[in-house]
Amino acid sequence: MHELGITRSVVAICAENSGGAAVKRVTLEIGKLSAILPDAVRFCFDICAKGTVVEGASLEILEIAGQARCKSCGGTVTLAELVGRCPCGSNDLQIVAGEELKVKEMEV
Amino acid sequence: MCVTCGCSEADQVAVIDPDTGDQKIMSHTEAHAHGHSHTHDEDNSNKHEQHEHPQNHSHHSYAVSDSGSAAVMARSHSRTIELEKEILGKNQLIAERNRGWLKAKGILALNLVSSPGSGKTTLLEQTILALKSEFEIGVIEGDQETIHDAERIRATGCKAVQINTGTGCHLEADMLERGIKSLDPASKSLLFIENVGNLVCPALFDLGERAKVAILSVTEGEDKPLKYPHMFRASELMILNKIDLLPYVKFNVERCIAYAHEVNPKIEVLQVSATTGEGMSAWYEWLRKAESTVRT
Repeated sequence: MHELGITRSVVAICAENSGGAAVKRVTLEIGKLSAILPDAVRFCFDICAKGTVVEGASLEILEIAGQARCKSCGGTVTLAELVGRCPCGSNDLQIVAGEELKVKEMEV
Repeated sequence: MCVTCGCSEADQVAVIDPDTGDQKIMSHTEAHAHGHSHTHDEDNSNKHEQHEHPQNHSHHSYAVSDSGSAAVMARSHSRTIELEKEILGKNQLIAERNRGWLKAKGILALNLVSSPGSGKTTLLEQTILALKSEFEIGVIEGDQETIHDAERIRATGCKAVQINTGTGCHLEADMLERGIKSLDPASKSLLFIENVGNLVCPALFDLGERAKVAILSVTEGEDKPLKYPHMFRASELMILNKIDLLPYVKFNVERCIAYAHEVNPKIEVLQVSATTGEGMSAWYEWLRKAESTVRT
């Protein structure tokens, strides 16, 4: 349930940056290879937002697909999960996308 | 509410000295009162001394009280504020500060992670007994409740403090910072941080350690590296513990190691029994080697 703490941080970051204005929409970037479940964040969001300037805001989550660079052949590999292999056979992969955990923007 | 750890007023973390019973409760304000200008009032004016600035913005372009890191675009009735803020950014900031402090003191700090019951504390007890003539050793114990583990470590004659996370399922960088202050580890010492038994959440939170060491016992499933890839990917070393029990359990060592390498091709693997001492000398060698590179 680390999503609860994560969601609290999201709400707090928005509240700190809204200048006191009510927040209407929050957009997050969550990588598919991060250990964060978007549904769990959605579940926690309204509870965490209650009583703050973020209360009532809609939550938009952009899920970023996993992508890695193969250190053996230099090719680019799309990863559906953290563990994967390059078509060349190597599993020595450097993840270049999919680990994002970011508050991208908000509408006030 | 606190941005650093997401804690609320109700969440309390306790740093406990098992010798004196001295207990410090980290309220969420106190927990972060350590040099950065993090406050909990509504006034944002002084809060962002340490923030990172995205390129090409100026501080006075926008009429928003906290325009420090926010690019604001006016719309007809509402406006979008581009934040681009890492959700775990503040934890990372404190972790890097811990790392710098530890490096400056020449301390090798290792973050030990595992499921509950993998034998972390027994492994530590044996390690301390074997190496205490060679190194000064300090231990920071993380558990949700009780000071049992810190008491076990103290019984070996080594310095230990207990951090009780309450409902928290992992240690965070600010808790380590407080733990270090309470423990006051010596220069050029070894510092073991025994994280809360949990193979999920501690993978996400950098504490400022030199490396994570994952401990897996043969009484658990051999496919744990595949089931919890984040943790084994984040670790430099996997210690396979309780190998004295291999004759009694269904556990395929080769397959387990193959799974670990599938998740993390670079992970080193050591097979030990903390109870019988088998394989422990290789772990001590690993520690000596890691310690010798701390100051480089």
